[in-house]
Amino acid sequence: MEPIIHIENISKKFGALEALHNVSLDVQKGEVVMIIGPSGSGKSTLLRCINRLEKYDEGLIIVDGIPLNTAENINAVRTEVGMVFQQFNLFPHLSVIDNIVLAQRVVRKRNRAEAEKVAIDLLEKVGIPDKAHARPGQLSGGQQQRVAIARALAMNPKIMLFDEPTSALDPEMIQEVLDVMLNLAKEGMTMVVVSHEMGFARAAAHRAILMDGGQIIEEAPPEILFTNPKEERTRLFLSKVL
Amino acid sequence: MEIQTDGAVSITPIPSPKNGDEKRRFDKWWLLLLFVVFLIAYLSITKSDPYWRIILFVRDGIWVSLSTTVISFLLVLVVGLLVGLGRLSKSKVINGISTVYVEVIRGIPLLVQLLFWYFAFPSVVQAIGNSLNIEALKNYLANPVGMAILGLTFCYAAYMAEIYRAGIQSIPKGQMEAARSLGMSHFESMRYVILPQAVRIILPPVGNEFISLLKDSSLVSVVAVADITRRGREFMAANFIPLETWTMVALLYLTMTLFSARIVTFIEHKTRLER
Repeated sequence: MEPIIHIENISKKFGALEALHNVSLDVQKGEVVMIIGPSGSGKSTLLRCINRLEKYDEGLIIVDGIPLNTAENINAVRTEVGMVFQQFNLFPHLSVIDNIVLAQRVVRKRNRAEAEKVAIDLLEKVGIPDKAHARPGQLSGGQQQRVAIARALAMNPKIMLFDEPTSALDPEMIQEVLDVMLNLAKEGMTMVVVSHEMGFARAAAHRAILMDGGQIIEEAPPEILFTNPKEERTRLFLSKVL
Repeated sequence: MEIQTDGAVSITPIPSPKNGDEKRRFDKWWLLLLFVVFLIAYLSITKSDPYWRIILFVRDGIWVSLSTTVISFLLVLVVGLLVGLGRLSKSKVINGISTVYVEVIRGIPLLVQLLFWYFAFPSVVQAIGNSLNIEALKNYLANPVGMAILGLTFCYAAYMAEIYRAGIQSIPKGQMEAARSLGMSHFESMRYVILPQAVRIILPPVGNEFISLLKDSSLVSVVAVADITRRGREFMAANFIPLETWTMVALLYLTMTLFSARIVTFIEHKTRLER
């Protein structure tokens, strides 16, 4: 089967630092892939390359049959790929519902009534329908992150990217965000998740990948990677986070 | 507030935040404005000659000063935004042109710029007309108000561009990334996400620019525009009472600037954002 994300030998440098070195990865439709690794290992950079928030110097990425090379293609890919950030990045000048409505109207050209209906359905799905008219600044971190997920889902993406979605949250709010992500995974969403939430990995991920020094060190189903890793570097990393 | 049996007065300790906001809108600066207006009224009534005569004489100048300032300011908002975006452009050519413009304009006194536009610029146009043999350009004469607005706009747009640039740069990078990741183009992200936030942030300095522009508009009096300052000079030339004339002119400017400052504070309050 044709993979929905095809990454072939990409490399990326920040000045002298080599952030990615010849990384290749295929993700199948409906697959949930977890990327773990120490900070600076290139996992966020790899994720950001998939919707071209980060340029790569060499290699090839094809998302859903569209190569990431021209500006039109990049925008086309971005409308199919939702992204959730560590810092939520909600638009503070808009109400919660308008955060979800904006891109639907601008990019998907939906009318207001249609876009608002989608927004309200999604807010119900992430469990905060009563906050539709609040400002992002009035919500807790966990609620903001759930709005951010709803905002991305409103574009009907085929793929969702999560860049450390729970790292900026207080511990008691992590589960409410993970629950939303678990539901998404159950529904068959293709997901690439950069996170160290081992519980989520065990419950939902089909594959876990360990990155270090800009390279993929090891990949395996999560229970195997976590309990019986082949590589010494994986063992070393897991001993620090588990 | 209630009076207790022993005569002491107990005051509700903490005013609700809403009341605090209401109060701040009518702070001591409104009192200052009120005082200045009252002073003008007092002088015009108790000593209507010369004060009321001065007001009647410079009256049309008030309109000229205000309209020149407002028109220039509206143009400054547009040109400043374009140059500000140019300063942030990745294109070396656009970036270079905007940077040179800003640096050159900021390095020349406004008075000299106004003198250039009114006295020197027409002869440049005429020379071009002569060499290309275009009749319309050969006989080109400068319109004082037009040239004054052009000069003020050209100068202030350079400063405004820097304010826009700083405002846009102060918006966290994640905002642009979030907008782009939703499929919005660079232009759409600017239009719907970055600029609405930047505008709120730059409101205080933009308001200050308006007030500066209002004051600096007095410089156009040297290029044959009949603004308040020029009308004041004309009144002086005919009556020779400098103290009264310039006191009244100063009070008129002060009224306008204090009032503008209050409006800016009010708008700032209305559009404040919590992150």
